[in-house]
Amino acid sequence: MALKIIASQCTSCSACEPECPNVAIREKNGTFIIDPKKCTECIGHFDAPQCTAVCPVDDTCVIDTSYPRYQAPA
Amino acid sequence: MHALAQHEGASAGSVANVSEVMQAIAEHKGCGTSGGSGKASCGSAAGQGDLPTEIWEKVKNHPCYSEEAHHHYARMHVAVAPACNIQCNYCNRKYDCANESRPGVVSEKLTPEQAAKKVLAVASTIPQMTVLGIAGPGDPLANPEKTFKTFELISKTAPDIKLCLSTNGLTLPDHVDTIAGFNVDHVTITINMVDPEIGAKIYPWVFWKHKRYTGVEAAKLLTDRQLLGLEMLTERGILCKVNSVMIPGINDKHLVEVNKAVKSRGAFLHNIMPLISAPEHGTVFGLTGQRGPTAQELKALQDSCEGEMNMMRHCRQCRADAVGLLGEDRSAEFTTDKIMAMEVNYDLDSRKAYQAMVEEERVAKVAAKQEELTTLAGEQSDIKLLVAVATKGSGLINEHFGHAKEFQVYELSTAGAKFVGHRRVDLYCQGGYGDEDSLETVIRAINDCHAVFVAKIGGCPKGDLQKAGIDPVDQYAHEFIEKSAIAWFKAYLDKVNSGEIEHVERGDAEIRQGALITAA
Repeated sequence: MALKIIASQCTSCSACEPECPNVAIREKNGTFIIDPKKCTECIGHFDAPQCTAVCPVDDTCVIDTSYPRYQAPA
Repeated sequence: MHALAQHEGASAGSVANVSEVMQAIAEHKGCGTSGGSGKASCGSAAGQGDLPTEIWEKVKNHPCYSEEAHHHYARMHVAVAPACNIQCNYCNRKYDCANESRPGVVSEKLTPEQAAKKVLAVASTIPQMTVLGIAGPGDPLANPEKTFKTFELISKTAPDIKLCLSTNGLTLPDHVDTIAGFNVDHVTITINMVDPEIGAKIYPWVFWKHKRYTGVEAAKLLTDRQLLGLEMLTERGILCKVNSVMIPGINDKHLVEVNKAVKSRGAFLHNIMPLISAPEHGTVFGLTGQRGPTAQELKALQDSCEGEMNMMRHCRQCRADAVGLLGEDRSAEFTTDKIMAMEVNYDLDSRKAYQAMVEEERVAKVAAKQEELTTLAGEQSDIKLLVAVATKGSGLINEHFGHAKEFQVYELSTAGAKFVGHRRVDLYCQGGYGDEDSLETVIRAINDCHAVFVAKIGGCPKGDLQKAGIDPVDQYAHEFIEKSAIAWFKAYLDKVNSGEIEHVERGDAEIRQGALITAA
């Protein structure tokens, strides 16, 4: 799984962008999006996904269940 | 600036006696005038007092740091810092409206390059614009690259403009050296508590070093970092203003402790602001029905904190993209589209010349007040009362009652006229006709005042104000505020003494919570 940003909730404050250890977040059409191919849910980096931890709006950076669970390299 | 410095310096060199010094401190603090000695104690400096010349130079034309300056000088904020690293219960970042005036809200975000262009455009159009602040809409120090890039660009293209920033303080200790490196003279820290138990009721979480902290732990972290940052700034001689939001039932009594804590760490000025809270803002406090303070509650707290420390009472809680004098917002004239199309001619000399003119006006205002004050000499009375003033700035009674977006409030006593606050109101007059509901709003906002000074007022509102017990005064149109207020007060005392009128106390007034409506 990867995280995704609910566009209708995003205030476009940009707080998540520099926090992402994978540089997976960028601005697109006025809000921010996460590249699911780069997202590791911060596993191996931090205790919690950084975008979720810093986002000012609850339930905006959420797990995208349409992607398989991220597997940390052994 | 150096031309002005010479002018100020002339009186700074003279030897002042103790009462002159006290008067000048009061003057600087926005305390107006004191004592009945009848002396023109302030000289021509318009407020330097015993402030070292170095500090006076920093504050004398900073509208936020000097009450006296805010009648004459303008500021602007550039919204280059959207990200924030803490959550406050009085803030909701989703809410953005062009008619809304409160911190944390902007209509458009700017890149540092756009911000630099905007500063030049505004500085060319408004020569009395002396201060550039970065106040959000998030936290400037949660966006350090954007904030400091903006400072870098502006310090190159408009070196005469003072730079300042406003922060929640969480990452302040990490950036103090950079702040000092950009010659930022003024930093504002929002400190709402020094007790983490109280902080937990104001801040649901903080994000620090890759981790979200909640509850008392979060508040403890925040207060420790804020106070450390304040101490570090003080050590480097950077002037610090502390903003506190007064939240009745949560931190209202505690703010006296906050005042002591920040004073002991060298804060220069304390600004206690009323909570802005309405359900339509979508903030936690708005939704839980947490009320803001009344005008009397706010004034009582400000009065109780006013010891050796300067209290700011002229804060307009402006937006993170505000432009103009504190009581006005001209940001709509400087949208990105308009700026980019603007022919900018930044002329330092003409700005200096204009500001020298402003200084002359300012000195004349103080001289007029001092002269009028002599007429109060020997008056004995315990009467203290408030009056509201409709003004467009320059320290003059120069606004029509129906056009006023706010009223400035002065406390009058035999000690003189003291600025104690302001009240935002709806535009009473829109399109030339009066609106009854708006008049009621105005009366509620200045209900604690005995009189309202205006440049002009229509017959109808005049009658309604009189019915409400507020004397509409238009005889001092386009004259200096303090001079006129003192003259009016003298006449009022004479009437009370002769038995012509009876002095009665006024009730409380409402602090407006809704959106500021821009001029129609």
